[in-house]
Amino acid sequence: MAKKECVTKCKGESSMLRNRRGELQIGEPKSPVSTHHESTQDSSKDNRLSEGDDQSSNGTLAQYDHNVYSPNNETQSTVYFLVVVLLSFSTRFYKIKEPPHVCWDETHFGKMGSYYINRTFFFDVHPPLGKMLIGLAGYMTGYDGTYPFLKPGDKYEHHNYWGMRGFCASLGSCLPPFAYLTVLDLSQSSTAALISAAMLVFDTGCITISQYILLDPILMFFIMGSVLCMVKFNLQISRPFSAPWWLWLVLTGVNLSGALGVKFVGLFVILLVGLNTTWDLWRLLGDLDLSLVDFGKHFLSRVFGLIILPLFFYVTIFAVHFVVLNKSGPGDGFFSSAFQSRLIGNNLHNASMPEYLAYGSTITVKNLRIAGGYLHSHWHLYPEGVGAKQQQVTAYLHKDYNNLWLVHRPNDSNGEPDLVRHGDVIRLEHKETTRNLHSHRHEAPLTKKHFQVTGYGINGTGDPNDLWQVEVCGGRKGDLIKVLRSKVRFLHRATGCVLNSSGKTLPKWGWEQVEVTCSPYLKETPNSQWSIEDHINTKLPNISLAVLKPHFIEILLESHIVMIRGNSGLKPKDNEMNSKPWHWPVNYQGLRFSGVNETEYRVYLLGNPVIWWLNLLSLGLYLVMVAAASLALHRGVQLDKRRIERCRVLREGGGLLLLGWLLHYVPFYTMGRILYYHHYFPAMLFSSMLTGITLDTLLQSADLVLDPPYSYWLFKGGKAMLFLTILYSFYLFNPLSYGMRGPLAHDPASTMAGLKWMDSWEF
Amino acid sequence: MSKRNEHTPNQTCLKQRGTMLSSIKLPIVIRAEINLVLVVLTALGVFSRLYGIHFPKAVVFDEVYYGQFVSLYMKRVFFIDESGPPLGHMILAFGAYIGGFDGNFIWNRIGAEYSSNVPVWSLRLIPALAGSLSVPLCYILVVELGYSHLTALGATLLFLMENSLIVQSRFMLLESVLIFFLLLAVVSYLRFHNSQSSSPWRLVWLLLTGVTCACAVGVKYMGLFTYLLLLGLAAVHMWQLIGDRALSNSVILVQVLTRFLALVVLPLLLYLGFFYVHLTLLYRSGPHDQMMSSAFQASLEGGLARITQGQPLEMAYGSQVTLRSVSSKPIPCWLHSHKANYPIRYENGRGSSHQQQVTCYPFKDVNNWWIIKDPGRQDLVVSSPPRPVRHGDVVQLLHGMTSRFLNTHDVAAPMSPHAQEVSGYIDFNVSMPAQNLWKVDIANRETEQEVWKTILSEVRLVHVKTSAVLKLSGSALPEWGFRQLEVVGDKIYKGYQPTGVWNVEEHRYGRSQEQKERELELHSPTHIDINRNLTFMAKFLELQWRMLTVKQETSEHKYSSSPLDWITMDTNIAYWLHHTGNAQIHLMGNLVTWSLGNLALMGYLLLFLSYLLRRRRKIEDIPEDTWRQLLLAGVVCAGGWAVNYLPFFMMEKTLFLYHYLPALTFQILLIPVVLEHVHTHVLRCTSHRRALHGAVLAGLSSVYLTFWKFSPLTYGHPELSAEQLDSLRWKDSWDVLFRRH
Repeated sequence: MAKKECVTKCKGESSMLRNRRGELQIGEPKSPVSTHHESTQDSSKDNRLSEGDDQSSNGTLAQYDHNVYSPNNETQSTVYFLVVVLLSFSTRFYKIKEPPHVCWDETHFGKMGSYYINRTFFFDVHPPLGKMLIGLAGYMTGYDGTYPFLKPGDKYEHHNYWGMRGFCASLGSCLPPFAYLTVLDLSQSSTAALISAAMLVFDTGCITISQYILLDPILMFFIMGSVLCMVKFNLQISRPFSAPWWLWLVLTGVNLSGALGVKFVGLFVILLVGLNTTWDLWRLLGDLDLSLVDFGKHFLSRVFGLIILPLFFYVTIFAVHFVVLNKSGPGDGFFSSAFQSRLIGNNLHNASMPEYLAYGSTITVKNLRIAGGYLHSHWHLYPEGVGAKQQQVTAYLHKDYNNLWLVHRPNDSNGEPDLVRHGDVIRLEHKETTRNLHSHRHEAPLTKKHFQVTGYGINGTGDPNDLWQVEVCGGRKGDLIKVLRSKVRFLHRATGCVLNSSGKTLPKWGWEQVEVTCSPYLKETPNSQWSIEDHINTKLPNISLAVLKPHFIEILLESHIVMIRGNSGLKPKDNEMNSKPWHWPVNYQGLRFSGVNETEYRVYLLGNPVIWWLNLLSLGLYLVMVAAASLALHRGVQLDKRRIERCRVLREGGGLLLLGWLLHYVPFYTMGRILYYHHYFPAMLFSSMLTGITLDTLLQSADLVLDPPYSYWLFKGGKAMLFLTILYSFYLFNPLSYGMRGPLAHDPASTMAGLKWMDSWEF
Repeated sequence: MSKRNEHTPNQTCLKQRGTMLSSIKLPIVIRAEINLVLVVLTALGVFSRLYGIHFPKAVVFDEVYYGQFVSLYMKRVFFIDESGPPLGHMILAFGAYIGGFDGNFIWNRIGAEYSSNVPVWSLRLIPALAGSLSVPLCYILVVELGYSHLTALGATLLFLMENSLIVQSRFMLLESVLIFFLLLAVVSYLRFHNSQSSSPWRLVWLLLTGVTCACAVGVKYMGLFTYLLLLGLAAVHMWQLIGDRALSNSVILVQVLTRFLALVVLPLLLYLGFFYVHLTLLYRSGPHDQMMSSAFQASLEGGLARITQGQPLEMAYGSQVTLRSVSSKPIPCWLHSHKANYPIRYENGRGSSHQQQVTCYPFKDVNNWWIIKDPGRQDLVVSSPPRPVRHGDVVQLLHGMTSRFLNTHDVAAPMSPHAQEVSGYIDFNVSMPAQNLWKVDIANRETEQEVWKTILSEVRLVHVKTSAVLKLSGSALPEWGFRQLEVVGDKIYKGYQPTGVWNVEEHRYGRSQEQKERELELHSPTHIDINRNLTFMAKFLELQWRMLTVKQETSEHKYSSSPLDWITMDTNIAYWLHHTGNAQIHLMGNLVTWSLGNLALMGYLLLFLSYLLRRRRKIEDIPEDTWRQLLLAGVVCAGGWAVNYLPFFMMEKTLFLYHYLPALTFQILLIPVVLEHVHTHVLRCTSHRRALHGAVLAGLSSVYLTFWKFSPLTYGHPELSAEQLDSLRWKDSWDVLFRRH
């Protein structure tokens, strides 16, 4: 170690002597983070210098140094940028219409886009922005929302689907240019930027995921947008409160709200920006030249730009969502009665039914917990070992005829249409199976502290355990029970427990519906309160009922809780092969987008293995390099300015990207929900940008081992090799994205023969 | 060592523990210095934890769980416990060993009376001792953090009078042992960090840190959190050391290396050591054998080893075998068939081939036997010399009892319609030809010519015609399939899935060509002998992997709680109730201490944040040394609390109040630390300080009163009346039991 450092040091000094630009840089007092403005000036100077050198080209070593160390040449980087944009768009739009059938999750997101066009209410576990934009793109390009998107593989026929795909592809095409600009600003090196962009442009995975009607390209667009704006904002450090400063701040905020508005994964980039901002503020706080008032301004402007503004946009997205979707649709049952009354076509919209609960009525009973289901039963028994082997009673989120119950007096089954009152003892008979709602002192299936609730008896004859006392919350004896409005509790006569929905999902035997129990704890919670939602009684007059219109904030909160519940409900199935987070960086297994058999047109979402493995390698390399750099600085090894600058890029720029990668990757290890390969793509973007910086720094550090002319050749040669490798691997693997036909890869006759490098790949 | 005495404010604490060699010259004199306060505190600790631990003479709460493992240790029977590494169980078993326990007790019910052969006192002795010794450790820890002896005394008193810690220490449970190791690890690291670099004791403290960390992790996985915290602290200290440019590179290299060896390598080796002892002690087969691979089972005495002892190693044409699925999910099972056909139509209307069922059966049965047949020949006996079956060979599998060939075809499987049905072929003459050729694909082969071996080879059976793989689907068949597990041919099999891999568990060479004789042969036990030994590392890896992946039941328990309930102690656990009277023991903390702990934590955070921000603006309220001291105390106490508490929010297993106790220990230590800081650095005015003194006294006495009031529930003695019990129910959510007479 020591020996190497000494060599470095000596060499560093000698190269400084030779290098005019090195001196120039030393002479210039610069803040640690060079501003955009300054660096442009700088580079134009460099430009002039290097031109001069080129003219007087006489093979001096200095010339190499110039070309190596002054890559921040403006025209050059503009040209590179344009090339990246061109390549990016052309690779994403090539064969965009193929295959002309529904691929993979297009069946969901295309369908949801159509719902927006048809204004039908639906439920999804993701926030609405992505689907809204898809719907909008479809609408603008002439799609009429009539295609059903039933299942993957359905032909689009005459329907106009390319507008939606094109929209996603154009957002996806922005990723490499964004990466280019971000890395350029972080490292001031167009080589690093170009490497990063090339990794993304030629990655088959990024191409495939950008070409279809999916949320991911939209999400990644906003994530990359946030990062780019944040980096640009960081560059404005010396010009606070100027117009560009405000512009980038506000743009960062807008992109953040966009990212969160598409998927909750956007939280990770918010965390990244938040950490960056905290660090920024910490630095400002330590600057004693800055008065506390100024610091307050800084603080408040960031609160405005990065918290209040995004929150406002985010809420606006939901407002638009609720305004656009005003017709009843498949998502109704997930929401409360009050929410449903907003939807045209729902039976609660301008509802008309008997106002007070009566004996002999057919009713549905809804739990008052947010996203609580309807009291439900079906022709299935509790399995062996789970309480008594009687019929299951669950809570179910969808509207279903099995949610219907009949209200009876304890004894006779067809009483007069007399009204039910607070304190009455009733029997609830399940209409479909004629079993009574029943409870007894057996453990409930999941909540062991509660009692089991079952369906018992036949044709309404049961035992005393079928009797429930109705109570209106806050009511007195004799009060009537108002449909929809009254909060009702059902107290079990025999055991004194109260009918309760725990919110836990039953295992497979219970069809993954929600557990219903009888709770011995009598505290009033929404879990044990129910409302009567549908009320059918032909002997009573129907009265038009105005349901309380919910407040916007209530809807917003409710829809979020429903989404979060939905997300955590996506549990992996036991005997399915699940994707694990460690699979992803090694590119262990992809996803079938289209086609399985030899005869079909197959598209397989899989990253270009060369690029992904290079990313993996670079991560390790980066850690080693950054450790070495930090150690050298910490031990006070004398380094020349250029190397210190490189260490800074490695530590600050690279550190930011590493943090981004970690934030977008590590949390998946703690998630209980089902995971898919494509969840890694946001992290992969960060990883590729980090690779750009790492490999560029590595190649530039060639002079640690070789003397200048050779190190320069190594730099150039390494760069060329790298680009050629990426290009060649793209040539090999491009059919993954652009479609394969004929035999599968294990067959020697296949076009992909010999490319199935891992057994787990399925193409 | 004795330098600490100089700033001892308390006159009663005279001298230090430990010894010092005054000089080398003769005569050698040993001067012992003893801190009387510490001795008194230790005595109180021993008294409060050890007093009457043989009462109640009945199984108390989780003793029912740990007891079964102690019994198994005594009987040297192998078991798997997914709840933690073996050191904890071994420590408990050591107590049983001292007491001369023979392991004969049925641990099935909380509250069951112990029979006379159970040495209750010695079973509970070690946890109680660990709990007692934690008391002086608290004292030393606070002193090592740089706070005064009075503060240390306060911390120790709070720790001493914490009902929950007392309850947890007095029974055969592991938390007190864990807490002891955690405190010892922190104390020894701080000692190491505080001692002079030339002191020879320094290395001892460092090594002790490594050893105790390993022990903590060895008792419960939870110890890992504190271990990581200490590693983090050590890394920061090391980074500071590296930055010291006065030191030469070689000195630093030696330092870094020593710490790495002591804090990383040593604990790792010790952890392996625990497993080594565990596996050496438990050499007999037992109830959990079936969770392990056949090779592992064969290494245990009795059980499978008895069955497989002397089996031929290499598979040959004509071999009679049982095929066990390598996956033990949902349960370990063997390929099976029986005289029953698939129903012509299933409940959902789909049709089947109506051929003989092939299933996977979780019990040993004569119907698990299959014969490996060469498709080209008729004979079913092993020729002499035997012709071995190699990787890539094509074979037929004949069911021993029914003589049906293992077959699969393009008919949807009963429960998994995307996969092919597997059947014992019956020719119904309905243009459904036999497709009974299977290719042997040895998954863990080393050469391409490898011979299929008993137990050792993991084999995929690939159907020749459809290239489907014989696989356990994971679903169970309904009534018509006797609820056995479904076996299918999977066409889209990819990668390595344990459900698609089988190994031969029982094996013998077939001798009889006649069906009747063969059936007799199948019923007879196997024989012959070869010896198979797994290396320790292989056994360790398999056992550790199984322990981590065994599916834990996440069902709710009557006394389980969520982490949020813990901070405010909204929950308690009834540990024991006298079978006739109202005497009872509860895991229930000292509510005053818990509230003070929460207040201290909030106070610390407030202090820390305000100092941090003000220091950034170069406003120095406190001297640099005090700031560092406060920071270190924060890392150890608040950090110790956080790492032992917050991770529980991400865990999906069933959680109990006692999981919070390690976090609570660190939180308690924070109370006097914050008080001392407030006293010396925040309060400037004497009258305020007096008020603080008063508050401290009031706090301590209310802690004492609460401790005393709840001690009947801690010690289970004396018995309280129903009214008294009801008056102890300070929170509605507490479950206090009483019998109505």
